[in-house]
Amino acid sequence: MNYSNLFRIAIRALIRNKMRAFLTMLGIIIGVASVIAMLAIGEGSKQKIRGEISSMGTNMVMVMPNMQRRGGVSLGASNSMALKYTDVIALRNEATSLAEVSPEVRANGQVIYGNQNTQTTMYGVSEEYLSIKKLEILSGRFFNSNEIKSMSKACILGQTVVENLFGAGADPVGLTIRVKKLPFLIIGVLKDKGESGMGQDQDDLILAPYTTVQRRLAAIDYINGIYASAISEEKSPEAIKETEEVLRRTHKLKESAENDFRVMSQSELLKTVSSITDILTYLLGAIAGISLLVGGIGIMNIMLVSVTERTREIGLRMSVGGRGKDIMKQFLAESIILSILGGLLGVLFGYLLARLAGSLMSSHAIVKTQAVVLAFIVCFIIGVFFGWYPARKAANLNPIDALRYE
Amino acid sequence: MNNNIIEINGLRKDYHIGEVTVHALRGVDLKIKEGEFVAIMGASGSGKSTMLNILGCLDTPTAGDYLLDGINVNTMNKDALAKFRNKKLGFVFQSYNLLARTTALENVELPLFYNSKVRSKERKESAIMALEAVGLSDRMHHMPNQLSGGQQQRVAIARSLVNNPVLILADEPTGNLDTRTSFEIMELFQNLNDKGRTIVYVTHEPDIAKFGTRNVLFRDGKIQRESLVTDRLNAREILETLPVENIEEFDK
Repeated sequence: MNYSNLFRIAIRALIRNKMRAFLTMLGIIIGVASVIAMLAIGEGSKQKIRGEISSMGTNMVMVMPNMQRRGGVSLGASNSMALKYTDVIALRNEATSLAEVSPEVRANGQVIYGNQNTQTTMYGVSEEYLSIKKLEILSGRFFNSNEIKSMSKACILGQTVVENLFGAGADPVGLTIRVKKLPFLIIGVLKDKGESGMGQDQDDLILAPYTTVQRRLAAIDYINGIYASAISEEKSPEAIKETEEVLRRTHKLKESAENDFRVMSQSELLKTVSSITDILTYLLGAIAGISLLVGGIGIMNIMLVSVTERTREIGLRMSVGGRGKDIMKQFLAESIILSILGGLLGVLFGYLLARLAGSLMSSHAIVKTQAVVLAFIVCFIIGVFFGWYPARKAANLNPIDALRYE
Repeated sequence: MNNNIIEINGLRKDYHIGEVTVHALRGVDLKIKEGEFVAIMGASGSGKSTMLNILGCLDTPTAGDYLLDGINVNTMNKDALAKFRNKKLGFVFQSYNLLARTTALENVELPLFYNSKVRSKERKESAIMALEAVGLSDRMHHMPNQLSGGQQQRVAIARSLVNNPVLILADEPTGNLDTRTSFEIMELFQNLNDKGRTIVYVTHEPDIAKFGTRNVLFRDGKIQRESLVTDRLNAREILETLPVENIEEFDK
């Protein structure tokens, strides 16, 4: 019996019991729909978080000083004097896998304009900082190397600071604010960046030349951190390694000594976050998969009933020349059609469900082709797996007994 | 060549039911020539059903030889038997065994579905011819539940003809039918036999057995008596003597 006949006969047998076939498929439909929807929601939130992290620069490499202990007393990481501006120079000159390097010096303080004031952090950085952190200038300009050299009291404001001091949407370029009694000229305003993936306000900051912040505000000779960008995202593991090597050398650390700094990369962070969302997605998918399994058992149940009901038909088919494997193929075809058709409707239904959930959760639900293909493969396997036992039962019937079955 | 379609020598069949062994057939010798129309008779438990199962290659004997169309069936496995049935045999059952909600034409086509050498066009043509041979060319697209018992049995006979078998086996083909329709079916069988078909049928009605050319009586797993039918009945002649209208009204 050729395959087109096989499937024609199977479809006709299913049409004879439309309601039953539909109810059996319903199990698969719900199973596939929930798998597709869950995976889509998982994928959507994963991409949302990834997007947020990527907007901070996926090839960013951060160097932080390590916690220092002196006589058993932890001095904390931020007060560590381990990093110096010479480290920045060394990295710029020696680390070939780094594209740009900027120091970061932080100073917290009250910022005053007229009768308004706000508490914020002033970041002392170099010109490279803008592109490393993927920040953009909304109006005005960034400072240049001359202003760094001259310890110029120029600054660039983040949107939150603008809002707090001047009101939303104001353009304060050219005005002067006071930070710890020092007047700073506003030369630029940063574009709005929103919250980070971790819920931190990325617009609550003031940027100024690192020399100014280091000498005039913080009065220190070390820096709080180094921000750099790897040549590419793929190169960032290499960049981390190289950074460590260069810094160990400039810090003159012995073989046995621990690093007095920490190097992290955004892509590492991304990996960690991605793996967490992946686990979540798989978990959701697995729970949905259980309903698919239940649907498969439903198919087996109905196929067993069908075999019993059609015992005489099986006997007849055998007596006119149907071999065991012909009978088996026929019943397998029925269960595969049920599961594949159920899968098809399930994908459709799941897609709609994902769209609905996406709009409710204000994050996109992304139905990936792989998920759809996977759903079909799983459906096919379910059709074969759960159809196998009933089909075998049919194929192993004795034609004489089957013909006499009442 | 002696034209023997069936050649059976020393055939035995034992069934084991638990620890009890039932000897259903205890040494049967039988020859059926091409063109014969043989009725197998016997009380229930006489072994006639077992005989028919073996003749139909649905079962294999415990001992003895069964040659169908010169080929020894004993050594065949399940799949080979199925293929052999598909090529050599046609079955007619007491309860018709048509597929429900399937047209007469497709019911007749069924055996050819299991023969991969037959193309779909050829299959359809053969089925139409078989339905014409049983006088049902105007009912080809009817479902079994739209046909009378006699018509259903005709479809079943057409199905047994479609693969052009060397032997048609009928298991009480008139068992579910009224007298007139029984005669109509026997008339059809006689027509087919006249055209050279070899037919073996089981019946427990002596009247129906008289339509055949030879009777074989089974008793206790053996052939008790074999006899040529001397006072053979002609179904067409009997039908002409029956009052037509009354029965047709009753049929409705």
